[in-house]
Parts: sequence; C-alpha cells; structure tokens
Amino acid sequence: MTAVIEVQELHKRYGDKVAVDDVSFRVEEGEIFGILGSNGAGKTTTVECVEGLRRADRGTIRVFGLDPVRDRAELTQRLGVQLQGAHLPEKLRVGEALELYRSFYRRPADPATLMAALGLDGIRQTRFGKLSGGQQQRLSIALALIGNPRVAVLDELTTGLDPRARRETWRLIEDVRAGGVTILLVTHFMDEAERLCDRVAVIDAGRVVALDTPAALTKRAAADLGAPRATLEDAFVALTGENADVH
Amino acid sequence: MSTDTLRRLTATEFTLFLRDKIGPIFGVLFPTTLLCVFGNIDFFTDPANGVDGQPLLYTYTPILVGFVIAMLALNTLPPTLASYREQGVLRRLRTTPVGPAQVLGAQFAICLGTALVSVVLLLAVARLGFDVPLPRQPVAFALSAVLAALALIGVAVLVAAVTPTAKAANAIGSVLFYVLMFFAGLWLPIEAMPPALRHVSEATPLGAAVQALADSTEGHWPPAWRLLLLAGYVVVTALLGVRLFRWE
Ligand SMILES: Nc1ncnc2c1ncn2[C@@H]1O[C@H](COP(=O)(O)OP(=O)(O)OP(=O)(O)O)[C@@H](O)[C@H]1O
Ligand SMILES: [Mg+2]
Repeated sequence: MTAVIEVQELHKRYGDKVAVDDVSFRVEEGEIFGILGSNGAGKTTTVECVEGLRRADRGTIRVFGLDPVRDRAELTQRLGVQLQGAHLPEKLRVGEALELYRSFYRRPADPATLMAALGLDGIRQTRFGKLSGGQQQRLSIALALIGNPRVAVLDELTTGLDPRARRETWRLIEDVRAGGVTILLVTHFMDEAERLCDRVAVIDAGRVVALDTPAALTKRAAADLGAPRATLEDAFVALTGENADVH
Repeated sequence: MSTDTLRRLTATEFTLFLRDKIGPIFGVLFPTTLLCVFGNIDFFTDPANGVDGQPLLYTYTPILVGFVIAMLALNTLPPTLASYREQGVLRRLRTTPVGPAQVLGAQFAICLGTALVSVVLLLAVARLGFDVPLPRQPVAFALSAVLAALALIGVAVLVAAVTPTAKAANAIGSVLFYVLMFFAGLWLPIEAMPPALRHVSEATPLGAAVQALADSTEGHWPPAWRLLLLAGYVVVTALLGVRLFRWE
C-alpha cells in the first residue's frame, strides 16, 4: 500500500500558544483514517495544514506527493474538503451551490446523485441562509464530494445531523471509499469512528497519544481497566483525560 | 476548466447581485431617477444658469455617469467581498481550484457590465427625455468611461482587499464615495471650483474621469495626460488590490 497523506513532525503555534506539537501519521490509499481528540486538541489545525489553508511552522506534509501550500492548483483538484463551520452566500440556493462548485473541477461528480444520497432533493431551491444547521452540514458534505476527489478531508462529518441522516451519511462515506477514495475524518463520535475508521489517531494537547485500529485501542483499554471489555469511549477518556485543555 | 469556472462564477454572482437588489437600485435606477428629477427643475434646464451658456443639466450628465460608476464600484463591491471574507465564503472557496483572480474577476465583470447598462440607460433617457445632446466624440467618451470604471473598480478592490469586515467596508466605501463625488463636482461643478480645488479635483480618479467625459461630450479628445492618469490609477490599484487580497 502507498501513503496518500504523509504528515511528519508537524508543528504549529498561534502566537506563543502551541496548537500542534510534533504530529506524524500516514494515511494509506483507500483508508478511512480518523482523528479523535478533546476540544482544542489541535485536530482542525492539523487537517487545515493538510488542506493547505494553514502553513506549518515546521515539519513536512505530502498529499499524493504534493506540497499543500506550494502545489495548490493541482492538489485542490484532487482533494475534497469539508470545513468545520464553513459558509456560503446567504442567498445562494442549494442547487446553485452544487452547480457552481461542480464547475471548478476537471471531472466532477453528478450533482443529482449526491443530492439524492444526502437528502437535498427537497431543498434544492432553498437559500443557504434559510437552511437548518443539519441541512447546511449535508450541503457541506455534498460540496466536499462534488469534485470527485481522490482524497477527502472531513472535519466533524456528522456534527448536527439527526440519527437517520448520520446513518445515511455513513453509508455514503462507505460507498465513496469503496470507489477507492481515501478519507481523513475528524470526529467526536466514538460510534462513528468505530463504524467507519480503519485506524484512528488520538490527539491530546497537540500530540499523538495513540495510533491504532479502534479494535486494538478498545482491547488495550480493557486490559488497562482490568475489565472483560471496554468501549472506544473508555479508551478515549483514558488517553486524553487530565491534560486536555491544559497547556 | 478555467473559463467555464469564471463564466459560472460570474453568472452565479450576478444572480446574487440581482437578488440583493442594492446594486440594481442604487447603481441603475437611482442615477437615472436623479437625472429625471434634475431635468424637471427649471434651474437645471435654463441656459441662463448654466456654465458656458449651456443648461446645467448638460454639465451634470457626465457627472451622473461618474456617479453611476462610483456608486456601483464603491458601494457594492467592497461590502460583498468583505462579507464573503467575514462569513468564511472565501475560506471555503480557497480549498477549491478557484484563485483570487477568478473571484475578483467575477465581481469586476459584474460591476463593469452593470455600469455599461446603467450609463447607456442614463444617456438614452437624457437624450430622449430632456434633449441633452449625446457625446459628440463617442469613441473618446467610451474610452474615458471604461478607464473611469476600471480605475474606480480598482479603488474598490483595494478597499475590499484591506477591510476586515463588511461593516468597515461599507463605511469606507461610502466615505470614499462622497469624497470622490465631491471632487467630481456633484455639489459644485469642477468649472465653478476655485483654481486650487480644481487642481486637486483633476488629480482624483473621479474628477479626472468626469473631466474626460465632459471633454468628449463637448466633442474633443481629453488631453493625453488625463487618460494616462486614469490608466495609472487602474494599474496601481489593480496590482495592489490583487497583492493585498486576503482570503480570511
Ligand atoms: N486562528 C487561531 N488563532 C489562535 N489560536 C487558535 C486559532 N485556531 C485555533 N487556535 C487554538 O489552537 C488550539 C487548537 O485548535 P483546533 O481548532 O485545532 O482544535 P480542535 O481539536 O479542532 O478542537 P474542536 O474539537 O473544538 O474543534 C486551540 O487551543 C485553539 O484555541
Ligand atoms: Mg475542530
């Protein structure tokens, strides 16, 4: 297997606040790789460096061998992005947004298929400013996939979605991956990580504190707790705990 | 993909521009309405009150052309781009293959196209409704109008590039609009200004533009330095605007 995303010794600070402190990981082709961590742990900062939105202070990042800052033009064609809290013009309609974003890419996906998969059909004429939080989120997922990306970076994929929409989104992501797309996923939901991710990195205070399959992490947590079995949430709590949000 | 992207971006942004209504109302309907108001006041139509024996309305027509251009450039473009920046619209676009040149290009095309429509409407109403003669040197007039639009859009892009919020962009855009309109002679025609003020006016982009438009309306080519001055504004503001442009 070949690495699609390679992050090596990534450092990023804001002023004198260290947000990311020596993070390294590799995401293999066709893998769904999860990033877990408490609020403020540095997840968004990490993936935004991968997207080229932020410039790393130190370390190297390669996506398909491309430098996210230097090789933007080529990378943006192949990389689909869902930002945590992104916006569109208030008066832009759902259907118009998809048509617009579609025109940016060399080999775009079919908007009708995406709209159906994300339950956007009924609201294609609705303006962005009038969408509910979950509807905005669904549109944001659709826009991340409209370019038929080879790799997708999704920051808080299903935050704000109702249970049914979450499941449908998971199914969509599995279909997308079945098509060979590599996915880097930031999430706060342990069930989502267990269902979707092949491997996860747990980040705490800007550092990777664990990197393994969800199954291996829960097994280790059970052993540490001396319990017959543990959940991924047990593992997460044990790994992050005390020093979260303390720097 | 590049031309298709620019075309789609421009078409979409134009739809939003129409939906927003501010630009069409203030940049197209308002100036022509103002002309109609002036045209119905004797003070503006009586040659006795005018400059060089012409009714004041003749003098005001090129000023209103400048008004159209300044209104569209300064009062619509900076708030639009700054609110896109504030709301993260630009940040989202930045993750796509779209570059700053295309984002600015779309706004630029909308501004220029709308200004063209609005100026043609203004001149047609002036001619048909109030017997204001059409520019006697149409080529020079068209060139001056395009240079004026480019210069003012350049100033607007510069404002949009450096203002962090929509509120600030609105404020700076309006203040600049009034200042530049003053020098363009909206309240006091340039011919009636004291010499010192007149020199300052002629150096400002809109003052130079209105003078060039007035020259060509009367039938002669504006002096080369005036057109070069406008072209200078175009180049400097465009270069600085693209350089200083911030996505967030
Ligand atoms: N633009 C910024 N300027 C200054 N500090 C920032 C900025 N962005 C993030 N930070 C800080 O960097 C740290 C990491 O932030 P980041 O957004 O990466 O966290 P996160 O893991 O994505 O958190 P969450 O789960 O809440 O989304 C936080 O302490 C945050 O306050
Ligand atoms: Mg985050």
